Amino acid sequence: MIFIVVPAHNEEKTIGRVIRGLFEHGFANVLVVDDASDDATGRLAVEAGAKVLRHEVNRGQGAALQTGDEQAFNSGAEVVIHFDADGQFNPEDISPAVKLLRKNDLDVVLGSRFLDGRSKIPWFKKYIILPISRWVNYFFTGLKLTDAHNGFRIFSRNALEKICITQDGMAHNSEIVYQIKKNDLKWAEHPVEVKYFEYGQGIMGGFKIISDLIIGKFS
Amino acid sequence: MLIQIILILFFLFAILKVLGRWRGGEITGWNASLWIIFWILAGIVVIIPNSTFYVARAVGIGRGADLVVYSALALIFFILFRMTVKMERMNKDITKLTRKMALDKDLNNDNNDKENK
Repeated sequence: MIFIVVPAHNEEKTIGRVIRGLFEHGFANVLVVDDASDDATGRLAVEAGAKVLRHEVNRGQGAALQTGDEQAFNSGAEVVIHFDADGQFNPEDISPAVKLLRKNDLDVVLGSRFLDGRSKIPWFKKYIILPISRWVNYFFTGLKLTDAHNGFRIFSRNALEKICITQDGMAHNSEIVYQIKKNDLKWAEHPVEVKYFEYGQGIMGGFKIISDLIIGKFS
Repeated sequence: MLIQIILILFFLFAILKVLGRWRGGEITGWNASLWIIFWILAGIVVIIPNSTFYVARAVGIGRGADLVVYSALALIFFILFRMTVKMERMNKDITKLTRKMALDKDLNNDNNDKENK
């Protein structure tokens, strides 16, 4: 059974389209974690036919993903996919990535924007922000990836059992990579397309991630 | 000197506050005694400023006043660090609670119930 976990916070403009896109590609188990949205995200997700869990207090994307993972695990998921609610990902990328996971008996498949030319990444992000992020990731996790902070991931049930996201904010991305390395999980990268509508996390977001990672080491 | 009187009054007020918190069960006896010892030591330093001189000399700092400033700074940073870690832990607890509530509550069925009514 394949479960798609979609963390969402104030995504009423895109959530319906994203869920319908997933259904159209044959994925029946779409699990939206509404992270205390102020808008109609939760209602629209229910109307679109997704199973919806709601955080009463906003806890961040990492926390929402872990909630979704636990629900999927308890529902007997064999494969779980993390998919963004803002419409940046292409649902067509899921099937080949799941095939790769199954064919090579992998635990984790991570999306990468750099393995084909489909993603039109803004140049400042491509040549400045992402290379720095990759090195920060490598420093904290010990795993060298072609992309950093790409929210497209696929976990096997085994990986789901071993990976536990404790970083509530955006630092969960590095934390997941760290846990892949720590638990010696079999992983691979797969090309994904990411569409750009706005800038993303910005530089301050990057500093927040680093400080979260450092504080996380002490708590 | 006037400053000595003001500081001593402030320290007494702080000790009373600590005792109040302890009686109200907001802080543990251990924490309360640490704070009371801290404020008493601060009081001694204020009444007999030269008392720091001996300690300062023993640890290799020239002036007693410098020792007070160094230790105060170190203490403040330590408390700040502890509070940051504590807040982080509290944040994690809130997340756990939020998650449990989310997992226990079936929104889809709740909505169906509403529609049926």
